[in-house]
Amino acid sequence: MTASDLLNRLFMAVLTLLGVAVIVFCLLRIVPGDPIAMMISPSATPADIAALRAHYGLDLGLPQQFGIWFMDVLKGNFGTSISQRRDVMELIGERLPATLELAFAALVFGVLAGGVIATLGTLARRTALDPALDFINGLFLAVPDFVWALALVLLLGVFWPVFPLSGRIDPTLSTYFHTDFYLIESLVTLKFAAFGDLIAHMIMPMLALGLPLAAIVVRTLKEALAEAMVQDYVLLARLKGMSPLRLVLQEALRNAVGPTLTLTGVQFTFMIGGTVIVERIFSYPGLGNMAIDAVINRDLPLIQGIVLTFGAIFILVNILVDLIAGWLNPRGAAHG
Amino acid sequence: MTQPLVAIEGLSAISTRDGGAPVLRDVSLTLEKGEVRGLVGESGAGKSTIAKALLGILPSTVKVTGGFIRFEGRDLLAMPRRELSDIMGRDITLIPQDPQTALNPARRIEAQLTDGLRLKLGMGKGQAHERALQLLDEVQIRNPKRVLAAYPHELSGGMRQRILIASAFALNPKLVVADEPTTALDVTVQKEILRLIRRMQEAHGTAVIFVTHDLGVVAKICDRVTLLYAGKVIEDGATADMLTQPKHIYTSALIAAGPRYDRPNAGLEPVPEAVFRQLRAEIGIAERRV
Repeated sequence: MTASDLLNRLFMAVLTLLGVAVIVFCLLRIVPGDPIAMMISPSATPADIAALRAHYGLDLGLPQQFGIWFMDVLKGNFGTSISQRRDVMELIGERLPATLELAFAALVFGVLAGGVIATLGTLARRTALDPALDFINGLFLAVPDFVWALALVLLLGVFWPVFPLSGRIDPTLSTYFHTDFYLIESLVTLKFAAFGDLIAHMIMPMLALGLPLAAIVVRTLKEALAEAMVQDYVLLARLKGMSPLRLVLQEALRNAVGPTLTLTGVQFTFMIGGTVIVERIFSYPGLGNMAIDAVINRDLPLIQGIVLTFGAIFILVNILVDLIAGWLNPRGAAHG
Repeated sequence: MTQPLVAIEGLSAISTRDGGAPVLRDVSLTLEKGEVRGLVGESGAGKSTIAKALLGILPSTVKVTGGFIRFEGRDLLAMPRRELSDIMGRDITLIPQDPQTALNPARRIEAQLTDGLRLKLGMGKGQAHERALQLLDEVQIRNPKRVLAAYPHELSGGMRQRILIASAFALNPKLVVADEPTTALDVTVQKEILRLIRRMQEAHGTAVIFVTHDLGVVAKICDRVTLLYAGKVIEDGATADMLTQPKHIYTSALIAAGPRYDRPNAGLEPVPEAVFRQLRAEIGIAERRV
């Protein structure tokens, strides 16, 4: 990707986010449910309700409401959460790191596990292990993240309780953190007790999110590797005495990784969507969990802020994937 | 030394996929040191099977049912894997058919050209680099430094084939198997590549097995020719003799079927069906299987 391509993509990203903002704003005002109804006491009079509506600007016309909100967003002000009465940016800033850490851990797990299994499967071509692997992987492909989450809760949380069932960190640990990136911070500051506890809390939601990704990576990568392994350049390298593992990793992998990378990008955005339900199941204090609360409370500014955040992540991930793909494939880079 | 470099004796093989159909029928041929031998035949004649057997890369669908391939007196077919992989890529190397697919698109030329030098000869990076520059010079590539740093897609087909030739001769092998190395190239480039293979072969004293379906190519480069049909050797002899005084009716029919540059309007003579009938009768095939 050239610099002008990148600028182009960034410009498109801004347009896309604008579109997302308009759609979310309109949709939230079309669907039934009134944020005011969620916060008033049963004894409130119609006058109280009207005053409250005016206070939040909900009595204005739709274009006017959008204009006010959007001008504020441009200034970096996402408004105040109706249910929590706090700045939306601040709330997202607290929760987003937890979700990013979880999603990134699941991504790393999924890609690594998938990559290792695909490589092993490629090395085991024409043995009995290969079809067995495909069969098991087929089963894994059929299980979605939330089913994994529930199964893991039962297996590793209840029947054989090795991992904590919920939360992000043991509250009795009383570790103080300067940032909201607990995992990274505990590692950097060498607080290993806290780090271990964070990992223990993260493993189950990470597996729930990462296992489906791993299964997809295995399938896509193994197929592409099988295609690459019969190319003449692999045969030549084999004749020159290259070991089977190096044949897969050095000769085939780089040429086979393209489709997997693109698909992983797409799957990663799905996975961030998946954090909403998985975080809920494990009471993990991330953005997704907060999104559900925001929807339940009809907290319009908070929902809008969260959706825009998710939108920005999706777009960023896609640009990143294209950048990596160009870097991995010299041909693609040469042709823009 | 009296021992030939390669002696194939009574080699027979069947295809397990095709209901046990024979792919090689009692093939015998010998190859002397430094000799260029053409293996000629239409598709399915068995020429590629012989080439693959020599390289130890027969597909799992082909099963050898009898015979030997002796390389310097040692039977390649009975050799332990480790010994075989010592010979392959060092004493026996391959010039592949299609330069488009024979170079890894994701690796620079230098890495690919020096693989053999580093893995088989244990050369260091600097030494391998120097040798690679020499090799590129030998195959008449100008600007070898730039080419070493390039990726395959930045080079032309002829250039890539030159690199593959350099790579095949890099370790001074005793035998190079050239698998239709000019089929994928322009006619003008073809000629240069043939000349280059011949020159490299003479300079390194290497024997070459040249697999092709093109008698015109054979006439340009081969000392001797083995003509195959349906896995059987039909005729074997010095190139000049075979092209001027063919012994078998199939050989003469093939020569007649080739284009004549001196009489471009003469039209191509297809090999008459009667010739195939006779071939099948000789070999003992009930019907023509194509």
